[in-house]
Amino acid sequence: MEILVCARRVPDTSENEIELNSAGNDIERDELVYSINEPDNYAVEEALQITAKVGGQVTVVTVGGEDDEEILRREMAMGANQGVLISDDAFQGSDGKGIATILKAFVQKGKYDLILTGVQADDGGAQVGGMLAAMLDYPFAALVNSIEVLDGKKLKVGREIAGGNREMNEIDLPCVLSIQTGINEPRYVGMRGIRAVASVPIPTHGASDLGVDPGAVGKAAARVKRVDYFVPALGKGAEMLRGSREENVDKVLELVAAKGGLK
Amino acid sequence: MLEGIHSDARLTSWLVQGRALFLFLHVLGVACFAYIVSRRLVPLIRAERDPRFDRPLARLGKVFKFWLGQWKHPRYKTAGTVHILIFAGFILLAMRAFTVLIVGVSPNFVTPGLSGEAGHLYEVATDYAATVVFLCMVFAIVRRAVFKPARYEVPAKFGKAHKADAIFLLSLIAILMVADSLFEAARAAAQAQPGHVAFAAALSLPWLLKVSLVSLPLPTLGALCFAGYLVHEIAFYFLLCYRPFGIQFHVETSLFNVYFSKLERGKLKPVKWGVSDDHLDRVKSFGVKTFEDFTWKHMLDFYSCADCGRCSDNCPANAVGRPLSPRFISIKARDYAFQHYPMFGRSKNGTPLIGSIYSDDEIWSCTTCGACEEECPLLVEYIDKIVDLRRGLVDEGLVPQSLQKPLKALNSRGNPYGKMEKKKADWTNAKDFQQICPVKTLDKKNGADTLYFVDSITSFDDRMQSIGRATATILDHVGENFGILGTVEKDSGHDVRRFGEETLFMALRDHNTDVIKASGVTRIVTADPHAYNALKHDYKDVPPVEHISQVIAREVKSGKIEFRPVEDGTAVYTYHDPCYLGRHNQVYDDPRDVLDAIPGLKRVEMTRSRDRSFCCGGGGLMLFYEPKEEQRIGVKRVQMAAEAGANVIVTACPFCMVNIEDAIKVAGFEGKITAIDLTELVDQQIARESTVVTKEAAEIPQESVAGR
Amino acid sequence: MARIFAFIAHKGGAPDDTAAELIAAAKKIDAAASPTAIVLGWGAELDAVCATLRASYTEVWKIAHETFAYPNAELIRKALVKVLPAGAIVLVPHEHFGIDLAPGLSIKLNAAFVSDVVAIEGVEGSDLKVVRQEFGGQVSAHVRCDLSSGAVVTIRPGAFKPLESAAVNGNVVDKSAEIGVLAAGRRYLETVIAEAGDVDITKFNVLVSIGRGIQEKDNVAIAQELADALGAAVSCSRPVVDAKWLEKSRQVGSSGKTVKPKVYLACGISGSFQHLAGIKGSPFLIAINKNAKAPIFQVADVGIVDDILEFLPELTNKVRELRRVA
Repeated sequence: MEILVCARRVPDTSENEIELNSAGNDIERDELVYSINEPDNYAVEEALQITAKVGGQVTVVTVGGEDDEEILRREMAMGANQGVLISDDAFQGSDGKGIATILKAFVQKGKYDLILTGVQADDGGAQVGGMLAAMLDYPFAALVNSIEVLDGKKLKVGREIAGGNREMNEIDLPCVLSIQTGINEPRYVGMRGIRAVASVPIPTHGASDLGVDPGAVGKAAARVKRVDYFVPALGKGAEMLRGSREENVDKVLELVAAKGGLK
Repeated sequence: MLEGIHSDARLTSWLVQGRALFLFLHVLGVACFAYIVSRRLVPLIRAERDPRFDRPLARLGKVFKFWLGQWKHPRYKTAGTVHILIFAGFILLAMRAFTVLIVGVSPNFVTPGLSGEAGHLYEVATDYAATVVFLCMVFAIVRRAVFKPARYEVPAKFGKAHKADAIFLLSLIAILMVADSLFEAARAAAQAQPGHVAFAAALSLPWLLKVSLVSLPLPTLGALCFAGYLVHEIAFYFLLCYRPFGIQFHVETSLFNVYFSKLERGKLKPVKWGVSDDHLDRVKSFGVKTFEDFTWKHMLDFYSCADCGRCSDNCPANAVGRPLSPRFISIKARDYAFQHYPMFGRSKNGTPLIGSIYSDDEIWSCTTCGACEEECPLLVEYIDKIVDLRRGLVDEGLVPQSLQKPLKALNSRGNPYGKMEKKKADWTNAKDFQQICPVKTLDKKNGADTLYFVDSITSFDDRMQSIGRATATILDHVGENFGILGTVEKDSGHDVRRFGEETLFMALRDHNTDVIKASGVTRIVTADPHAYNALKHDYKDVPPVEHISQVIAREVKSGKIEFRPVEDGTAVYTYHDPCYLGRHNQVYDDPRDVLDAIPGLKRVEMTRSRDRSFCCGGGGLMLFYEPKEEQRIGVKRVQMAAEAGANVIVTACPFCMVNIEDAIKVAGFEGKITAIDLTELVDQQIARESTVVTKEAAEIPQESVAGR
Repeated sequence: MARIFAFIAHKGGAPDDTAAELIAAAKKIDAAASPTAIVLGWGAELDAVCATLRASYTEVWKIAHETFAYPNAELIRKALVKVLPAGAIVLVPHEHFGIDLAPGLSIKLNAAFVSDVVAIEGVEGSDLKVVRQEFGGQVSAHVRCDLSSGAVVTIRPGAFKPLESAAVNGNVVDKSAEIGVLAAGRRYLETVIAEAGDVDITKFNVLVSIGRGIQEKDNVAIAQELADALGAAVSCSRPVVDAKWLEKSRQVGSSGKTVKPKVYLACGISGSFQHLAGIKGSPFLIAINKNAKAPIFQVADVGIVDDILEFLPELTNKVRELRRVA
């Protein structure tokens, strides 16, 4: 099975403190550390487990620049057969639809049975997977937390729905799935593995390679634009208790009792 | 006795009829043994290299102390005494057995050097030796069959018990002793007749038999003598050839195992001997994944394990029901070797060990405390094997999710918590502290003689930062010109290495080595025993390192540190030896000397202390791992402190502090037992001229439990 | 101004709470707007939903088809594309169905797409100005969405308070015939119900809910002790379940259970939207968190900046004392 995983390099939420910069219009990016978007990593692991069972290749693709190559290398160290960078000045500032347009062009240059994306990125809109599927006219399922290969033509996928329940669907190949965290336990990628792929060549494709009309992507074509980042004025928010711990405990107890929490 | 044989024509005539048979048995026995040993050597020849041929004199010294001297055995009084007796008996009887065997074929044989008076003394000694060994065998059999010590039990999850095998072998040795004695007794009984005086050491087994046989007619005695001889020879060769199939192989291998044992404590095996760090990228596979990835010495360890259970008995992971029992690391591997390298037929190699004989939880459960290695009388090594197995797991990507997060953070931020580098030295900025004891960060403008290496937990953990401040205060008090590396200091990598991520460890080590060298310091002090162990053994080319307890002890002796008396009369203190300060580096006395120098401090010793200290549960990455256990290791330790009558546990390691403070809460001892770090206690008790006391000192010990 | 449609999620014959919230959101786009409800389903349940919606929506488009008995986003999308006019603004609740439906819908409608909107500031020129959150709610962003060819906007459940307004008497328009034959490459099989745990957190009036701040499995006992003292149950946010410290049946959130307690103690919970989405009925929310900037303090009634590992045991002791005296 030929599997394509669309991945993104994002600031790692657990290893960064996300704060506004001094100008107040963006987050402070100076000391950010980046890594692959967590759900995308789960997607690559899932792809590797599928190909281990049924054979095939796993390709990881990202739209970005040179800095983004590091996530491709990491996923190759994990076991992905190929990493591909899609990069072009014309792509800068693309919105979700622009990214999906670019990816669609790449998909159509190859022959993939299954396309996986992570369900969402911390600074994303949970959109690229669904958009890509619609552009390709492939069936789609979001929030997938289980995949079973039925045969070369169909999969049985589970979707995460309310109440912790799982919605089981049968879906035809080729299809696009957006993968939820927790679908598997991704294997560890050690520093040694990453070093081993440090000089593997990563093919880069630009707008002309893919046949993408620059007018359809990039900043100018974007219909949705982030204007700035801000931290909203706290507004009402919570009434903060500022006493000693003992005083706070007493107050909490009082409130719990008052609100009917003590039978 | 032996010299009398050749002068006894009767004995010669009794034995001569069996000469051909005896000779045949010799040849058969020796040939079988040689074949068996050669088959046992096959995996060792194919194994990884392990350079253990250096420093022969030092190695012989170890043989003398641990093999001949049975140095570790008395740690278990009963079993130890019995074994020493058996061992001494075997050594003494070795020569006799050898001679007896030859006599059947060459009746005139006399052991060189054992004629005359020496021979007579030898005879006495061996008569008693045989008796003692026989009694020890009976004792050992009864112990296993009737009393069944818990330590010998094999829980089902670890495999099958080899008890029947053990009793069988013990019985065979007993039979060997009896046969030998019978042979001797029959001859002596024969000689004791008409007028002869025949010798057997009084009340020995041969003597007892002689006395009971003496009235028998000569032909019967002849037959008994022959029978005794034959049984002896058969038993001897049977044992010789059977030993390599079980734990008794240690009789042959123990000498070599001790000779080739590790000379340098604390140094971990490199990924591959003979491959330097720069060439490691050429190595295809890291760590031990299949049996053949072990070195020959590791395999020899598996052969030599006597299944005594002392290691598992002292293992903290085993004590709380984790899947690890060190003894079975050896026995399962040994059984694997026996099965895959059979006596006849081809060897079957290359099966992954994890998932077949070992489980990954078993391997991750180890805290690397070293209690197992400390106990083992045969000097079997465990830590290198666990680390090698972990290297294999890491290489395959099979790392538990709980460990992946801190490893990732160590990679991106240089500490397992994912905290930003720029906050590394924030602990020095605590309000009141900064004014009393400003700590300088070493850089181009600010140099110092001494580096205080703080490491990650003390830098970032709210509770442990107080250890950092106390240490800095103490160094300041004794007039040490010191500084910290600050934001350029990365985690020492000590536990990264012991959890098998060798490449990440090397990156951390190389980075730290560069910044340490650039700082120009001539010595290093740390309050973190893991950092201490890393800087001492894992790092090369860095200045010498000391633990803060050693510095304090020295300054107490020199008089620079004087203590105020303890105020709380009800406090009873006990010192918990951190594994990486105590057992691994043998710093036992300095912290105790410091405590004993505090006037009025009542100190008790836990039963398990010093080299028998019970691990707190493990530090570094072990704090992130989620083990399958029945109880927390730290809880057991706190219970030991309570049993010793202590209500204050003093430790000298931030990881011990985490585990012990946690355990105090979990075990329900909150309010009854507190924990304090040595540096915090010293800081609190230092007699100062001025009345200004640091915030830490004023609020300890109350704050040592709260505020985390 | 383009026509605004509100996609109605429903279950068991009743519309979801979001149905009312979408009206409020629509009013923020255009105060004069009267959004059209669009609801797909089958049989008596669908009829019941439409009947209820008539009271708040002036126009309800009903699309009935056998395959809609269980909502399959792939099929529903195709149906919507057939009936929605060009340039429409379609509001969809941002939850497990909306996430599945909406992005693809925007492509097929050739409309712009913006998701998980928490506030709408209005229309400026041809741009819709909205607010989204990023990085787990740590920062917010102003976003502009070009409405020239319509938009699909997913709305965060609970972000828009339903408006108090007089009941209307809307009419139901049956659009079922317009959808034609539907086929999709994805077919619904069945729903696997999550294993019932030992405790049903939806039945408790007081919940002691823990998040990542509990730090490790053994500390869960600290929350359990408080819960026992209060006669409450321990619930949690998703990271606690992912770490396997509690079972899934204890999870409160969009992918977990929906709870309606009287009092909710959020201990060491940062306050991500997915978690808050599981709390309905406006309980009295007390938040305790070490991080003063945790988003939970925005929505809590009372907040305390403290270490839960220290605070909770003290609270437990006080509760026990109180019970002894009482």
